[in-house]
Amino acid sequence: MPLAGEFGQIEVRIAHKAFTSASGERFEVLRDLNFRFGQHQVAALVGPSGCGKTTILRIIAGLETDFDGTITWPLSGKLGMVFQEPRLLPWRTVEDNVGLVAPGLTREALASLLRDLDLEAHRLHYPGELSLGLARRVALARALAIEPSLLLLDEPLVSLDEALAVRLRDQLAALIESRPITTLLVTHDLEEAICLADRIFLLSSRPAQVVAEIPLTAPRSARSEREVARIVSEVACRMTGRAIRPGHA
Amino acid sequence: MLRLLSLILLVATWWLISQFVEPQMLPGPERVLGAIITQMRGGDIFFQLGVTLARVIAAFTIAMAAGTAIGLLMGRVKLADRLGDPWLIVLLNLPALVIIVLAFIWGGLTEIAGVLAVAINKLPNTVVTVREGARALDSGLDEMATVFGLPRRKYMWHVVLPQLGPYLAAAGRSGLSLVWKIVLIMELLGRPNGIGFQIGVAFQLFDVTLILAYALAFVAVILVIETAVVQPIERRASRWRIRAN
Repeated sequence: MPLAGEFGQIEVRIAHKAFTSASGERFEVLRDLNFRFGQHQVAALVGPSGCGKTTILRIIAGLETDFDGTITWPLSGKLGMVFQEPRLLPWRTVEDNVGLVAPGLTREALASLLRDLDLEAHRLHYPGELSLGLARRVALARALAIEPSLLLLDEPLVSLDEALAVRLRDQLAALIESRPITTLLVTHDLEEAICLADRIFLLSSRPAQVVAEIPLTAPRSARSEREVARIVSEVACRMTGRAIRPGHA
Repeated sequence: MLRLLSLILLVATWWLISQFVEPQMLPGPERVLGAIITQMRGGDIFFQLGVTLARVIAAFTIAMAAGTAIGLLMGRVKLADRLGDPWLIVLLNLPALVIIVLAFIWGGLTEIAGVLAVAINKLPNTVVTVREGARALDSGLDEMATVFGLPRRKYMWHVVLPQLGPYLAAAGRSGLSLVWKIVLIMELLGRPNGIGFQIGVAFQLFDVTLILAYALAFVAVILVIETAVVQPIERRASRWRIRAN
């Protein structure tokens, strides 16, 4: 159960989280993992595949309750989440999928949201008729429809081809600028994190811990390719010997 | 078109065989049709069909509603599955005749006892099918519903039931044909009316034409229900699947 955060701050303190494998072996995923970020900020957790990033999001979302620690975020707030797989209801159209979680959403607000995400032409389509990129956008629209006070994004650009990933990333950056929503993004792509986040937490391999915190002060629009490459190489220098591979998607 | 041709072939085969057999043993299609028309003129067949149909609908509804609830529980809760499984095996292997006879002995020759006996016969079949469906529910969609805080009713109606759709359709389709056959046995054994009772009377008179007339009239009713009710519902429910393909 999340606790009320001070001034809307999100604070994650996980002392220990372990899983038991099918063979009965117990392995630790997270240990002494602590980080915090402010309201309306976008934080990114960056770490190697399999280090436990998704587990952190699942704990915050309340899908994993068996852990030692505390999660603090605005108690009155709503939680929106974009899973790695879009998890849309195949028997409902795009607008019905979005509308299901936000019954109070007016037709105008729904139309505006779908317009913002370039989904207007697909509003009557079923998820089976959409590409993965479009389905991800629908999942994002669904999460935004409830006007969440905390938005969790689990590898939102993974498995997309590079051109589509860049397009969706730019769209996401524009949305974040236009809607000040406290967001926690999980990715293994450092470039993606630099383009989208205000603060990056670098994670070690399993059991994951925060090994570095990088605040990004330049506005998103000013983060040119050159600037991104500079930060990537700076991080690479700091992380030499760690599992992060700069620019690796 | 192919279905119609197949049906015509079936009737033609029946007619052909009837040419080589005594009409008392196997009357031809034209004789049976004549008997149906005679019964329709008298009006009695409509009453008998109505009574049987009402029993079929009552038993089918009870079995599907209870079977879906129990199947869902057993598919989702391990403890319920472990506790309920031996009951299910017993019910699955208990002959329909035994359940009907016991229901009439314990409950008297009443409408409720008869309908419940038929429903109990169909129940385990529905439970097994729905349990499989419940086991196959997408846990990813469950998590989505949890994260977005979908109310229980909405979750059941929009997330669970559509996933159970194919299983419910399978249970419903097999159930309809199973239920009406058991209803006929129940009527034969302990009711004073209905198609089963009429077939019993015809059996005592060795009137094969009347037996076939009543049976085929009811098959026609079930075919109409299948075509006019079941198939349109199924088509509507699987609209998204057709478009996605």
